[in-house]
Amino acid sequence: MSGFITDILNYGFLQKAMFTSVMVGIICGVIGCFIVLRGMSLMGDAISHAVLPGVAISYMLGVNYFYGAVVAGVLTSVGIGFVSEKSRIKNDSAIGIIFSAFFALGIILMAKAASSVDLTSILFGNVLAVRSADMWTTLVIGAIVLITVIVFYKELLVTTFDPTLAATFGLPNRLIHYAIMVLLTLVTVASLRTVGIILVVAMLITPASTAYLLTDRLPVMIGLSALFGALSAVIGLYVSFNYNLSSGAVIVLAATALFLLALFFSPKQGLLWRSMRTSKNRKAARNGD
Amino acid sequence: MDLALDVNDLRVSYDGKEVLRDVSFSAPHGRMTGIIGPNGAGKSTLMKAVLGLLHTDRGTVRFDGKPLKEMRKRIAYVPQRSSIDWDFPINVRDTVLLGSYPSLGLIRRPGKAEKEEALQSLRKVGMEEFANRQIGQLSGGQQQRVFLARALLQHADLLFLDEPFVGVDASSEEVIIGLLKELRDSGKSIFVVHHDLSKAVAYFDDLLLLNGEVIAYGPANEVLRPVHMEQAYGTFGGLIAGGGGL
Repeated sequence: MSGFITDILNYGFLQKAMFTSVMVGIICGVIGCFIVLRGMSLMGDAISHAVLPGVAISYMLGVNYFYGAVVAGVLTSVGIGFVSEKSRIKNDSAIGIIFSAFFALGIILMAKAASSVDLTSILFGNVLAVRSADMWTTLVIGAIVLITVIVFYKELLVTTFDPTLAATFGLPNRLIHYAIMVLLTLVTVASLRTVGIILVVAMLITPASTAYLLTDRLPVMIGLSALFGALSAVIGLYVSFNYNLSSGAVIVLAATALFLLALFFSPKQGLLWRSMRTSKNRKAARNGD
Repeated sequence: MDLALDVNDLRVSYDGKEVLRDVSFSAPHGRMTGIIGPNGAGKSTLMKAVLGLLHTDRGTVRFDGKPLKEMRKRIAYVPQRSSIDWDFPINVRDTVLLGSYPSLGLIRRPGKAEKEEALQSLRKVGMEEFANRQIGQLSGGQQQRVFLARALLQHADLLFLDEPFVGVDASSEEVIIGLLKELRDSGKSIFVVHHDLSKAVAYFDDLLLLNGEVIAYGPANEVLRPVHMEQAYGTFGGLIAGGGGL
């Protein structure tokens, strides 16, 4: 471990990797809470996959992939909304149809894009190859996401918890839904280098779900989720650097390990205590008879 | 204007199927009105349509002579309990505090004054000691009382409650109806979707009997006449709670 710390102090690329992945862990954790509570996990998966054609077109045009990704992300969420509202196709099928089409288009466009683009690193991330520009992109996106959530916390809370009440308050549920989609796209872009498109969804829903098992209060859930996201990033980076493993995959498995700990040992929701309580109750019932 | 709620020629349909037609009625201020009718009569639909939560084909709705847009802050709605995610990480106090949001506007957060007032509202419904409980850990009656506390915090002049007594214990029902009558006596106008006919006269000043259209509207004992009930519930429909049907 101390060797790792020395390496971080010595190598600029490792500092960038550490900073970027912790930032990604935090913003994914924060926005992930709203994704989980709104029951939009599948939507998160869809949007993150669907930014691929946008990234490819950005490379072709020579602009920051940020712009293309946002356009593709918004088009996807509008497309999904359109299909599920205007036809008898159910929401999950609409999501599947639209996002796989975007993803497929992205694969073809990536092949056509300049050869300098590495499809694998976008799909799976390569945190050790993070450049300064990527780090700044992540920082700016992180600031946008966190400020938005802090400023509009009240509106996010009421539209997530009770959309009907929000509607009687005159809040625009649909607009807020699409605003969250835009944030989701931004978070995906920020995560491209660290965990990659395919595994972003894990960073969105796993730390948030872990936190959900541990608390009954939303502000605490958001804080814990950000903490677990950042912690997974640090653990993942350490393991991936020392054992030369794919960074995105290791970060996701670290998040999963935290989730499993909470699943079994959470003081209130833990499966272990639950089963102990059940067997104790059964015993008591048997003895009582 | 003397009318709390003025509904004119309201029509609502789902997927081309007409659910409500030609609904018109005018409710004066300071009355407690029960909206009754058989299952599928469109009671909840009417309430949602009036509150702008559903698309309406035609018709106008005025509150105190004004359109909904100008009146939002003076209207409180308590939806059916089944429409809520009870596992949501929120406690009783914060649920009530949501009622302060319209008066706070965008960005401003509830402060000390709002939090204190939220506790007062909880005291009025007898739920103060549960302030820190997660909402899913309450009984049906307690949950409904929390929602009423939230409506109180909204300081609304018009209250709309959708089936507030379903799955609610007798003592909670008593607390709720007592508070509603108190509010009515202080000049508020209250509308309640309700299906238990046996208590309709005891609870409400006026009744709106609905079955796709308005069958009768007026003072409770006049609406509950057999001729109206037959029209709404069918020949064999009785006055028994929730009975009848189509």
